[in-house]
Amino acid sequence: MSELLGLTAAQQAERIRAGEVSGQEVFEFWRGRAAEDDLGAYLWVAEENGGGELPPVAVKDLFCVEGVPSSAGSRILEDYRPVYTATSVENLQRAGAQVLGKTNQDEFAMGSSNENSGYGPVQNPWDRERVPGGSSGGGAAAVAAGTAPWAIGTDTGGSVRQPASLCGIVGLRPTYGVVSRYGMIAFASSLDQCSPLTRDVTDAALMLRALEGKDPCDATSVGLPDEVTLPSAERLDGLRFGSWGLEEEGVDPGVADVCRSTLALIEELGGAVVDVDLPTARHGISAYYVIAPAEASANLARYDGVRYGPRTSDFDDLLTLYERTREEGFGPEVKRRIMIGTYALSSGYYEAYYGKAQQVRTRIVEDFRAAFEQVDFVVTPTSPTVAFKLGERTADPLAMYLSDYFTVPMPLAGIPAVSIPCGLSEGLPVGFQIAGPAFSENRILDAAYALEQAIGFEGVPVA
Amino acid sequence: MIDRDQVLHVARLARLRLTDEELERMPAELSKILEHVERMDELDLEGVEPTSHVVELQNVLREDVPRPSMPRERALESAPETADGGFRVPSPGAA
Repeated sequence: MSELLGLTAAQQAERIRAGEVSGQEVFEFWRGRAAEDDLGAYLWVAEENGGGELPPVAVKDLFCVEGVPSSAGSRILEDYRPVYTATSVENLQRAGAQVLGKTNQDEFAMGSSNENSGYGPVQNPWDRERVPGGSSGGGAAAVAAGTAPWAIGTDTGGSVRQPASLCGIVGLRPTYGVVSRYGMIAFASSLDQCSPLTRDVTDAALMLRALEGKDPCDATSVGLPDEVTLPSAERLDGLRFGSWGLEEEGVDPGVADVCRSTLALIEELGGAVVDVDLPTARHGISAYYVIAPAEASANLARYDGVRYGPRTSDFDDLLTLYERTREEGFGPEVKRRIMIGTYALSSGYYEAYYGKAQQVRTRIVEDFRAAFEQVDFVVTPTSPTVAFKLGERTADPLAMYLSDYFTVPMPLAGIPAVSIPCGLSEGLPVGFQIAGPAFSENRILDAAYALEQAIGFEGVPVA
Repeated sequence: MIDRDQVLHVARLARLRLTDEELERMPAELSKILEHVERMDELDLEGVEPTSHVVELQNVLREDVPRPSMPRERALESAPETADGGFRVPSPGAA
């Protein structure tokens, strides 16, 4: 069975279809791999299972799966076992991908390093002293290390694209509304989107095909207007790529170099590269770190020790029950974001922070709209740096937030973007981000596929 | 800038008790983040409409047909304390 390790999910599905291996054998192989994880990537691994037509999928902890621990990486939901399953997970199961396990994450998806998990950090398989990125760090590390064939995470401000970049795999954030949010434990509802983490671009397309769709349980879901096609482009003739951000302060020179080589490759494949300016996108971090915490402060009001999760044993009345349950259950970053969000929404500050951030959001939408009149895609480094050392940024929340510089503008505008590995800097993977207009997933994946074939990136050596 | 008293006020609004150590750190940490956020002030946003939702959708409705809802026992399953078919909490009036 060990030859499965070298195959993409799509190739494994092909073998199952051809009758060369059974779905159950594939499931058992990956269950064995997941059980051997020593990076801290998994919080729970599935029992034996009949498998299906697709290889099993590692699922970020914040997806509700009936009867399975689903804690969103938080102690405030320790041992919580939901009574229903997220639509996205149900869609995968219906397509033949069973749940392989629950993966570690930053608590409530708040973080860019996975160090904010209530259940311990995750190590990057490329260098165990470094972070895998976050918040979907467990899923990204598992796919990169070959303890999962593929995974789903969520991307709110870059939580799938950034860890994909730091772990040398593919992360696709779909257009807002393409995948149902029902059963995803909410962080920032106007930004959260279920997103595939895969070994290659074809697997991302295959998974998106299973995930997408309008869901009566999520009124904001719309699905994709066209069927997802498996990518096949070999050339980029006639396509225009708008490069943004390579000169920005804070971009590692090594990262910029690898991205410049990728731009040269685009031209070799027949594409045109021009510079684009997104004048308001550089304020994306500011707008994001108001809007996301504001929505989070409302979404996290429900964790009060009444309906689910542990309850403090030390209370005198209803108020102290709430306050102490939340003090004991939430970690420092979650508290920080609840504080920022509550402050930004509080009387007297609403217009100065939340109102203004929503106006900046409009401007960012307009920036992209203007850019897409000139180019087909906007391309950037996914992360300004390669994977950083564990502990390096934990003392400085703002430095951590700036990791998201290139990934927050797209969710603010609701548009899709993919991160593909494009080379190494200091022996660590660099991610290249390709963003397109809303619902352009097929075109983005096709361009990413052509580049992927030309780059020929080799993943981390696994045994 | 946000001071210790404001931190305490906001924590109360958020029903969050902070440890002494958090209360020590929080004013400086939050101030630094807000200082960065306030760079939005460099932009001229006069007359710009706010965006709260990026997909153009209006009044998403469904047929008003009855369907089974979750049984009460299921809904109560995860609660730390229940009584008489409900969630049990101390009396809001208790001091």
